[in-house]
Amino acid sequence: MQRDAVVVSMEGITKSFGGTTANDDISFCLEAGEIHGLLGENGAGKTTLMNILYGLHRPDSGCILVNQVERNITSPHEAIALGIGMVHQHFMQVPTLTVLDNVILGLRNAREPLLDREGARQRLGELSATYQLDVDPEAYIWQLSVGDRQRVEILKALYRDVSILILDEPTSVLTPQEAEELFAMIRVCVNRGMSVIFITHKLEEAMSITDRVTVLRDGRVVATRVTSETTKAELARLMVGREVLFRLSNDAARSPAGPVALEVERLRAISDRGVLAVRDVSFQVHGGEIVGIAGVDGNGQTELVQALTGLRPVESGRVVVDGVDLTNAAPQRILRQGVGHIPEDFDDALVGAFTLVENLALDLHYTPPFSRWGVLNREVMRQSAQQVIARYDVRTPHERVKARTLSGGNKQKVVIARETSRAIKLLIAAHPTRGLDIGAEEYIRGLLLELRNAGIAILLVSTKLDEILSLCDRILVIEKGRLMGEMARSEADIEKIGLLMAGTGA
Amino acid sequence: MQAYGALVYSAFGSVNGFAETMVKACPLLLAGLGVTVAFRARFWNIGAEGQIYAGGIMAAVVGIYITGLPAVVHLPLTVLAGAVGGALWGLVPGYLKARLKVNEVITTLMLNYVIILLAGYLIHGPMRDRASGITISPQLLQTAWLPTVIPRTRFHAGILLALALAVVVYWLLERTVLGFQIRTVGENERAARVAGVRVGRTIILTMIVSGALAGLAGAAEVAGLQHRLVDEFSPGYGFLAVAVALLGNLHPIGVVFASVLFAALLNGADAMQRAASVPVPVIFVIEGLVIVLVSARFFRQRSG
Repeated sequence: MQRDAVVVSMEGITKSFGGTTANDDISFCLEAGEIHGLLGENGAGKTTLMNILYGLHRPDSGCILVNQVERNITSPHEAIALGIGMVHQHFMQVPTLTVLDNVILGLRNAREPLLDREGARQRLGELSATYQLDVDPEAYIWQLSVGDRQRVEILKALYRDVSILILDEPTSVLTPQEAEELFAMIRVCVNRGMSVIFITHKLEEAMSITDRVTVLRDGRVVATRVTSETTKAELARLMVGREVLFRLSNDAARSPAGPVALEVERLRAISDRGVLAVRDVSFQVHGGEIVGIAGVDGNGQTELVQALTGLRPVESGRVVVDGVDLTNAAPQRILRQGVGHIPEDFDDALVGAFTLVENLALDLHYTPPFSRWGVLNREVMRQSAQQVIARYDVRTPHERVKARTLSGGNKQKVVIARETSRAIKLLIAAHPTRGLDIGAEEYIRGLLLELRNAGIAILLVSTKLDEILSLCDRILVIEKGRLMGEMARSEADIEKIGLLMAGTGA
Repeated sequence: MQAYGALVYSAFGSVNGFAETMVKACPLLLAGLGVTVAFRARFWNIGAEGQIYAGGIMAAVVGIYITGLPAVVHLPLTVLAGAVGGALWGLVPGYLKARLKVNEVITTLMLNYVIILLAGYLIHGPMRDRASGITISPQLLQTAWLPTVIPRTRFHAGILLALALAVVVYWLLERTVLGFQIRTVGENERAARVAGVRVGRTIILTMIVSGALAGLAGAAEVAGLQHRLVDEFSPGYGFLAVAVALLGNLHPIGVVFASVLFAALLNGADAMQRAASVPVPVIFVIEGLVIVLVSARFFRQRSG
């Protein structure tokens, strides 16, 4: 590697938010004229690293060299002045202004205090032609498709004469055709001497568009590879393949699989963006087994869980719990049918300003003995909370503390305690150990096994392969809203699942 | 100091001064409690003014046109009509928000003008007292009047009702299933959904309660004070109620004190001008400052 070819060099970057370390001693360098992929699961620290380069976050330690000069980038303004542009997943645009006005927003021009729309229009026209970015400058942002809005975002960067372009998961909002056009545009940029950083969690994209790939995992750099010298399988292993730390499963204690507790038939659901996110998914979960849904984040898991728990409309298909059709039933009805739900974010299950007593009664507060004739029985609620707190080992001084003061692990324990201390037949657990420390993680995994051994059916959605492998009796892999394969744990290994997760059959 | 002394003395220093303060505090307290209930569910009801008018109109209709009832029936019926009127006027934006996701700030604000103008139409048209030279409605029958509690003052029974309701609202929010659900929806709507709380239903019930409380303020003004439907019988109590609720920290007992404070400011303004020649607008400036500072604190707390 020639030293003078390096345009950006980030050395020893560390950044933590609160207690979690998002970037841990990361070193990364971008060469002139390359497309460099940043690959990793959600939460691996890709976006944080790039936000640091773009001046949105300040690193706790480490330094950044742009064109061999050490720089202290404190704002996007400074980043742009250094020739660094970034296109975020969430576009930074004013919907009620035109494309042209959005592009020149915040820029100075020669005719101040007047706007120089004519000059800008001309320049924009040239850029559009050069980079094959066809957008009507007079169109209003709100009229545009997502693909067009992304082009506007790229034009904004190009208009500011950047030489380094950071694209954060640019294809996540695009159709396959739009993605192809984007790739073509990226190649034009590179041919004209720009360097591109391409953030993605999709292996296929990393393989097809990049020259080199840096893989991040848990905030650290795992490896940097030249794309032409690596394989999809190797990248999959680097990205998700942490060592399986412990296998908790004690098969001896297993009860034989019981009757069908959850039956899902050709389920379809639509995401908030209006895209079909769950496509004809069918599976069963029996009492006394844990069925895992593995997959890279954002492949329809969220929508699937919401559709099963009544939080999102089912477009077509059926959801049957314990013989009762609960398709499109209200959350309350599903809950009372014996379904526990651990949502993917524990803050979606707890009311931070409420005490543990109130949080633990949230699901059944309107039924006896917690209330009668519409009046709460505080004493019963308090006693019940005390018992549950002791049983689930929630670390708290007493039951009247506010939920928001607890640590993540204890918050999750409160959620699980509430959702499993009533009589349930089925537990739907979405990423139950996300963001927790090892101790809490182990405790919760043990709890899931205990519940399974007690005959409860568990659907476990997780992006952690070690978790899936150590807990599940059967494993389903989801990719782009479809189930790609099913296997018993005995047949499963990381490589095989990783490939299915990446959308290529094993 | 002299000015503030005059303010305090005029508000609390005499029986009549105290009574007049409480007369003003009554609608502020009732509407403030209504706003409190809505805001606890994070439903930004700024339509208390309209709900006051709806309550006042309904109370006037029942108080004027239903005849031949003894006071023990007629008076409760009149007051109840006020609550129903306010509840209906609150139900509209509640329903629109719960079922059609229409922004409540717009609907509650706009509905104020609809009902205020409707009240004007009634007074100038169908409900006008033809015996009177000015545009007011006929008097309510005496059987529908809220009795005077302190003789030779305007201190009427509606004030006692308002104070009692502050305790009831506290109990509702803290000790009942509905109150628990209102607070849950307000604090974390997603968690409410996950836990099976029917959010839409809760919002609608919240607005029925909220509107009913503001409607009672209207009924108390009509049946306790004016004894007629008059143009602009509420000089913006419903808007001031938002400030009262926020200053009371959305706590029913806090709202009691906040309403009395604002009422004292309203009444004390004239006394201050007489005693220390402080112009009345200064009081309005103080009020404005209180509103700005309190809402700044409130919204910073909530978003932070």
